Amino acid sequence: MKIVVLVKHVPDAAADRGFNESDHTTDRAGVDGILSELDEYAVEEALKLSDSGEADVIAVTMGPDGALDAIKRSLQMGAASGVHVVDDALHGSDAVATSKVLAAAISKLGDVNLVLTGMASTDGGMSVVPAMLAERLGFAHIGFVGELGFADGKVSARRDADVTETVEASLPAVVSVTDQINEPRYPSFKGIMAAKKKPVETWSLADLGVDAGSVGLSAAWSVVEAVTARPERTQGEIVTDEGDGGVKVAEYLAGQKFI
Amino acid sequence: MAEILVLVDHVDGAVRKTTTELLTIARRIGEPAAVFLGSGYEAARDTLARFGAVKVYVAESPEFDDYLVAPHAEVLAQIASTAQPSAVLVTSNPDGKEIAGRLAVKLESGVITDAVDVDSDLTTTQSVFAGGYTVNARVTQGTAIITVKPNAVTPEPAETTPVEEKVAVTISDAAKRAKVVARTARAATGRPELTEAAIVVSGGRGTGGEFGPVEALADALGGAVGASRAAVDSGWYPHSHQVGQTGKTVSPQLYIAAGISGAIQHRAGMQTSKTIVVVNKDAEAPIFSMADFGVVGDLHTVLRQATEEIEKRKG
Ligand SMILES: Cc1cc2nc3c(=O)[nH]c(=O)nc-3n(C[C@H](O)[C@H](O)[C@H](O)COP(=O)(O)OP(=O)(O)OC[C@H]3O[C@@H](n4cnc5c(N)ncnc54)[C@H](O)[C@@H]3O)c2cc1C
Ligand SMILES: Nc1ncnc2c1ncn2[C@@H]1O[C@H](COP(=O)(O)O)[C@@H](O)[C@H]1O
Repeated sequence: MKIVVLVKHVPDAAADRGFNESDHTTDRAGVDGILSELDEYAVEEALKLSDSGEADVIAVTMGPDGALDAIKRSLQMGAASGVHVVDDALHGSDAVATSKVLAAAISKLGDVNLVLTGMASTDGGMSVVPAMLAERLGFAHIGFVGELGFADGKVSARRDADVTETVEASLPAVVSVTDQINEPRYPSFKGIMAAKKKPVETWSLADLGVDAGSVGLSAAWSVVEAVTARPERTQGEIVTDEGDGGVKVAEYLAGQKFI
Repeated sequence: MAEILVLVDHVDGAVRKTTTELLTIARRIGEPAAVFLGSGYEAARDTLARFGAVKVYVAESPEFDDYLVAPHAEVLAQIASTAQPSAVLVTSNPDGKEIAGRLAVKLESGVITDAVDVDSDLTTTQSVFAGGYTVNARVTQGTAIITVKPNAVTPEPAETTPVEEKVAVTISDAAKRAKVVARTARAATGRPELTEAAIVVSGGRGTGGEFGPVEALADALGGAVGASRAAVDSGWYPHSHQVGQTGKTVSPQLYIAAGISGAIQHRAGMQTSKTIVVVNKDAEAPIFSMADFGVVGDLHTVLRQATEEIEKRKG
């Protein structure tokens, strides 16, 4: 079985994230990047499948030079190989364009049975790329999966959306997983050493046959007009409980007309 | 005036509050036209009329329930290509986002997710990076496809007599790939829906697993109960109540955080709450920096006393 796991390199949420002033795109240079934490669950799920059977796990990313780190981390965790789609024309791409490029990369790999993704990227956080990929590739799509199983060439999944659903789909399929599905492993020393020898391909838009004019900021189908930092919340009154803390809470709530 | 399609979010015809919010927004922009997919339209009709749907596209079929939402996207795209609306509004939840993503590809249109407001000129407002920034954006290609978060506006009734247009439903095999084998509705709690509630009381690791005081305070205030991921991961409260990046986003009038430290992933889900009250025994807990009012103390005693005092005041 051929499994593609989509990994995105994002600004670390623990750092002070921001935007480029000139074009309102996410600042990817000024903040340390990491493998999107929610994609680690997708990598882990792919590795669990390859640990228990015959599966070839390929980590795929689209992003600037630094995005290679997301591939490296996936290889250290245990993925067999990686693909890095990088091209200057990609800067500022929206989700529609991202899905177009990733779909082209998956098609180029050929005979992919399963595409695993995170439930959302921790920067853009739209949760739409997986559904767009399924739409473009004609694959089945199951989003927000909290438990995944295989039997008779089918995926079965527990989906933790608004209600709990048990879903079945035939392959090929795109499955996005939540942080409920597993506990991602840390790369072992052996894994880190082994990763250095694993193959990584670098593909440009030309390699994928995608027109550079159809992606990037100028071709985006939505535009950010303004970005405003939210004013810090100002701290109100903090009291220490001296036996009357609960009464004080009630007094405050009554003063604010909540009672 | 161009139509604004509003996809009706419903369970067997019981229309969710978010749909009435979307109809209220649609009225600002153009002519609200509801799209009803699934079964139970009879039960939905009055609500859609009350909140100003000038037209309703009714695609009734029990088949929708047998699959995930690919068929919804297919029929919605079919309706949109004849109606030529200037926008399609969809509720921002997992199903809504899948529909929006598929629709963007099908209609070759731009998509914006998680709007907390939409102007009459279709400029959207979003809250990003854990609530640290406000972004204004707009779709520049095709039909504006926008998913809107719950509680974006207060629903305002505007009685109409909608024109009903029946739509024949044919679902392609391609849209039938993900079959729903079983569906378990969440057990009713008798409390308001978390994302819709005006008041939310949340408990974290500091509860030590005892959610009784959190629930009692929520009930005294008529609020919903939330939980941090630490509390959910410990098995103390169901995942459907998790507030934060990988749980629900809430934006209530009042958010009470008890025994929660205030990690960025938790703040991402509650940062836009109007008033925040904190109870935590550690005066250094980062969540205090967001508090409008805070008590440094043990939540078990403080919440119990607060509940008693509130009951006393209510008389
Ligand atoms: C990818 C990812 C996604 C995540 N998504 C979410 C999410 O959606 N939602 C979320 O909440 N977290 C999320 N997290 C986890 C988050 O980082 C924190 O670990 C979590 O929010 C901590 O929960 P907590 O505040 O309850 O626990 P802790 O951080 O352990 O804090 C417990 C607090 O309780 C206080 N306390 C202890 N005993 C008492 C007492 N008796 N009375 C009063 N106070 C007491 C302590 O002082 C402390 O401040 C995510 C993490 C990752 C990596
Ligand atoms: N540039 C990218 N490279 C690789 N994977 C991506 C990229 N963008 C999105 N994805 C995948 O799609 C998922 C959802 O992303 P999003 O729709 O942006 O929230 C992520 O968790 C990733 O698995």
